[in-house]
Amino acid sequence: MAALRETVERVDAIDVDAYKYGFFTDIESEKAPKGLNEDIVRFISAKKSEPQWLTDWRLGAYRRWLTMSEPKWARVDYPSIDYQDLYYYSAPKSTPGPTSLEDVDPELLRTYEKLGIPLREQEILAGVENRRVAVDAVFDSVSVATTFKEELAKAGVIFCPISEAVREYPELVQKYLGSVVPVTDNFFATLNSAVFSDGSFVYVPKGVRCPMELSTYFRINEKNTGQFERTLIIADEGSYVSYLEGCTAPKRDENQLHAAVVELIALDDAEIKYSTVQNWYPGDSEGKGGIYNFVTKRGDCRGRNSHISWTQVETGSAITWKYPSCILRGDGSQGEFYSIAVSNGRQQVDSGTKMIHLGKNTKSRIISKGISAGRSQNTYRGLVSAHRKAEGARNFTNCDSLLIGDKCGAHTVPYIESKNPSVQFEHEATTSKISEDQLFYAMQRGLSAEDATALIVNGFVRDVLQQLPMEFAVEAQKLISISLEGSVG
Amino acid sequence: MQVPTMLEIKNLHVSVGERKILNGLSLTVKAGEVAAIMGPNGTGKSTLAYVIAGREGYEVEGEVLLDGENIFELDPNERAAKGLFLAFQYPVEIPGVATMTFLKAALNAQRSARGEAELQTPDFMKRVKEAANKLGVTQDMLRRPLNSGFSGGEKKRMEILQMALLGPRFAILDETDSGLDIDALRVVSDGVNALRSSERGFLVITHYQRLLDYIKPDTVHVMAQGRIMKTGGPELALELERHGYKEYIGEAA
Repeated sequence: MAALRETVERVDAIDVDAYKYGFFTDIESEKAPKGLNEDIVRFISAKKSEPQWLTDWRLGAYRRWLTMSEPKWARVDYPSIDYQDLYYYSAPKSTPGPTSLEDVDPELLRTYEKLGIPLREQEILAGVENRRVAVDAVFDSVSVATTFKEELAKAGVIFCPISEAVREYPELVQKYLGSVVPVTDNFFATLNSAVFSDGSFVYVPKGVRCPMELSTYFRINEKNTGQFERTLIIADEGSYVSYLEGCTAPKRDENQLHAAVVELIALDDAEIKYSTVQNWYPGDSEGKGGIYNFVTKRGDCRGRNSHISWTQVETGSAITWKYPSCILRGDGSQGEFYSIAVSNGRQQVDSGTKMIHLGKNTKSRIISKGISAGRSQNTYRGLVSAHRKAEGARNFTNCDSLLIGDKCGAHTVPYIESKNPSVQFEHEATTSKISEDQLFYAMQRGLSAEDATALIVNGFVRDVLQQLPMEFAVEAQKLISISLEGSVG
Repeated sequence: MQVPTMLEIKNLHVSVGERKILNGLSLTVKAGEVAAIMGPNGTGKSTLAYVIAGREGYEVEGEVLLDGENIFELDPNERAAKGLFLAFQYPVEIPGVATMTFLKAALNAQRSARGEAELQTPDFMKRVKEAANKLGVTQDMLRRPLNSGFSGGEKKRMEILQMALLGPRFAILDETDSGLDIDALRVVSDGVNALRSSERGFLVITHYQRLLDYIKPDTVHVMAQGRIMKTGGPELALELERHGYKEYIGEAA
């Protein structure tokens, strides 16, 4: 059907060139010399005025990293990365550690404004009703601003850059850092442990329901700079927090490396909801440029009846290698993974989750929706496993893939292991194309080809969009339309 | 006063690859007329409906005029905005898209294509509810994803609901009676009959006389071998019921 062909062609043509956030902010920055060695690790640690234990921790990670090699099992293909050709530290010059928004370079604030992220609290307050979100903004290697700090402090919630947490709350950081993703976990996580620059730290005390959404926006600006942020979220007994991260980067011909680590810890009866809207620059239509996104995200349901839920909307990055996981350690704990991964152009996505059932009567749920267009490849890779002691564990997995056009691919690679006979694991998977029948039907009722496609895609991802906090669901829906069509939204 | 011609098909040839499906078909339907097309299976009736509505993937020669305008250069949605409606033999499921959402998107797309103001939600809801009540379409069906998990009868009722809501100038009903029990057939037929007017034309495609007991046609065309073999009044349908299509298949073979 020509209308379908036309839609596919339009998607091919506009794909990633429609990337809205590709601008570069011309701002003076301070960088460490290119390349990686022990001196660079010490340099980063010194820049952050870190205590000796953390410097040693980083050096230990670095030495370990030297003995490791890049994982090759994912269904992604990219030229080898020259780790000596990257900058591992870059900071906007005027901000050794801004104490208020007034100290922040106005150029930076303008950048965030362009990205649609209001950093000024009064703007947020003046804005849409109920949109009260505390924001931590990370620009290259440093956090430039955190909003609503005082109000959060009243509730006892700590929300600050992790570099600040190292200084202000060393006992919390030392207790939990690396306790979910150990230093030795994998090549990229180990690299991150050696050179991590900034990221967010959240601690919600016992019995506290965090009074607002917390959010971090990550921006890679500098050329040839790797971004290695580290996020640590601890929900103490009976607490609740909802956290959202968003990511963008300028358009560049070179690939850029992003290797983050996120650790979540939920103690007894605590709940963490972690949402991501990832829109790193995906590269151009020929696959030139774009972010390499090698991220380790893991949540530890350490306490009884604790609950961690990951929701992700992934539209960016040239390469995505990412498996937000849950370790269901506490009896009766629950893990959830809701994912929409959209790939277009030459993007390659290998993403999924791991649900490790250790405790009794643990439950997990996985809903994954992959949408492939252009010449992209989209793989769901997931592991559901039950330990010997995971009496009564249950999992439900549903993986659906939608193909737009005939040059893209969708793959599903589920691993299921059970060492306990009482567990119940269910797995459902479907792959479908937007059919000519559906498009013709919707067009016969008056919808244009683009509107019909958008409607069908939105229907496909609806279950997952419903998991996002309201204000971000709308944003995510728009983002999906833009990544697929350009003409819609 | 002369009744204007609404749909005019002139010497239509349609093929898919090497296979010829329609073979010089000509047909005229006037405003206010209900024309029935009857014919054996596999004679190209559904193809005719698809080609009029603008489905691609066919090699097409000839002309189709709606209200005197050649519509062959138009996309299906543009034809819909001109008032052309096709009730599908097999309505398509669209998972995750609430029926109500779909109806509103479709109606407003047509309105904006015609330069009319979009319908606001309360007004829209009122219209849907009225139409739904007449056709026995439940609120639950309107909330569910379009056609997903609907029974055959529910899907057909939903087609007629959409027709009532969109108020087309010209409607094609493609085997609307297939898969309907007698009660559903009555409801659907009543829905169609309620829309009959001097301003609207219908092309009713069926291969049983049964439907025509409920939707009384003005003209009956016998289609076989990719063209119209005979045209007459309602009595022609009864004759076909008695003698079958043998004569027409034989004639061409």
